[in-house]
Amino acid sequence: MQSGSENTLVTALQREHPDWISEVIYAFGETTIVVPREHIVDVSSFFKSLPEGHFDFLADICGADRGPEEEPRFEVNYHLFSTTKYHRIRLKVLLNEEDTHVPSVTGVWRTANWHERETFDLFGVIFDGHPDLRRILLPDDWQGHALRKDFPLRGYEPYSLK
Amino acid sequence: MSATLPPQFEIVDRPLDTQMTISMGPQHPSTHGVLRLELVLDGEMVVKATPDIGYLHTGMEKLFEYKKYQQGIVITDRMDYLNPLGNNLAYVMAAEKLLGLEIPERAQTIRVLTCELQRIASHLVWLGTHALDIGAMTVFFYCFREREKIMNLIEAASGGRLTPSYFRIGGLMMDLPAGFERRTKQFLDDFPPALDEFHTLLSGNRIFQKRTQGIGYISAEDAIDWGLAGPCLRGSGVNLDIRRANPYSGYENYDFEVPTEPDCDVWARYMVRMREMKESHKIATQALSRLKPGPVKADAPKVVLPDREAMKTHMDALIHHFLIVAEGFDVPAGEVYQPIEASKGELGVYMKSDGGPKPSRVHFRGPSFVNLSALPVMSEGEMVADIVAIIGSLDIVLGEIDR
Repeated sequence: MQSGSENTLVTALQREHPDWISEVIYAFGETTIVVPREHIVDVSSFFKSLPEGHFDFLADICGADRGPEEEPRFEVNYHLFSTTKYHRIRLKVLLNEEDTHVPSVTGVWRTANWHERETFDLFGVIFDGHPDLRRILLPDDWQGHALRKDFPLRGYEPYSLK
Repeated sequence: MSATLPPQFEIVDRPLDTQMTISMGPQHPSTHGVLRLELVLDGEMVVKATPDIGYLHTGMEKLFEYKKYQQGIVITDRMDYLNPLGNNLAYVMAAEKLLGLEIPERAQTIRVLTCELQRIASHLVWLGTHALDIGAMTVFFYCFREREKIMNLIEAASGGRLTPSYFRIGGLMMDLPAGFERRTKQFLDDFPPALDEFHTLLSGNRIFQKRTQGIGYISAEDAIDWGLAGPCLRGSGVNLDIRRANPYSGYENYDFEVPTEPDCDVWARYMVRMREMKESHKIATQALSRLKPGPVKADAPKVVLPDREAMKTHMDALIHHFLIVAEGFDVPAGEVYQPIEASKGELGVYMKSDGGPKPSRVHFRGPSFVNLSALPVMSEGEMVADIVAIIGSLDIVLGEIDR
């Protein structure tokens, strides 16, 4: 997509709040901003209220596991989209295994609700401030988080409804 | 949402026994699969609706990590099973983005043509079942009669009806069969009168109008905030189509309109889809006229399977075939997000590779998943019978929601 105009948005953020960005990655025509987790809500609100960008649409949130031996182990990716300018940008938060807390962005975009529940369900990432953080795809009594790399493909044992 | 309730339905001052919690689904026929809604009712008025999903969860995103890139294509068919070619397309395009492949023009045109036919087929299933839920049974048979023609075309091209897996990383499984263009032209010629027939059956029907107009209201701001996409968003008057916003597969070269309706209700979403079928017909007609002979696979022998004939005569083709099938191909490390406009809205594929023949993570942003999450906003304060109309207007497919 048009990475040229997205560069100016990133520069705007860098100029105003340099401490909100830990890294900017340009790859495959996409822009990724790695954000320290304590600033994810700030950065989200910044991009949502940006007049020239106006990222009013949160397309997706998804987790990723880099593997048990990696540190930081987990990623949470936020895919932002502008319904007026058609820009796309990705925010990324990196998490250590011992401390998988991220502030919730449900206050910025309400659509984050189910995406965050899904990420919690499958990766065990805990979104602080989420109004209703329950499992969404798997049963409530499920043990473990299914999309972690150390979770076996077939599970630990056959699931029964008892 | 209690602010939107009329005063006679205020919750606080009424005795507890006037409210009732019922479970709608998971086996309710109008939930289009296995969706359970927990409805808190006050008389016939819905006070609170909570969707409960996950009954069809089969761990497809986990399965992708254990399969090679080319094996993942068949999994995508089973997500949104009414629009499998759209899923194929988003998945292969994400992998192609990582690999940096150039797709030949004929393959692009065939992708557009078949995807638009698939979109019509998907909308026809929606129309038939939506009308059926509301009580208009006849429409279902008309829709499935037309859909059958598209299914036959897709079957002729790919060999599969519901699970075509027609696209490959780098192009198509194979070229269109002989006679496909003639049969498609025949279908495209027959379709506009059929579409008029659907309009005659429903659009002027006063019962249908009463059941849909003013029901399931969601404003444009709320729709964007809740991440609604596709016809549901355009039914709230937002002119957004990924085919226009972030064009792919050459959509920027096609002449079509993006229909929007300002009413924000079930009727608006109905009208958007009805008009969209006409636009899809327009795109398919243009694509058909642009089909020129040419290759349908990218020139990338280490990624794209060679032709059968070449395998029998060329040593290197045989080696490549063996390596792709037995070991797969390495995809450069990195991550991409590839959005497309599927029949239900923005279908995004997030694909992360760490350099091997299997993806490290594949995530599908299913439009049905996000659209369903906005159901409580639309349904609270409505009558319980209208919930059926609202679910129908969202056009959800549970296979994609639960994955």
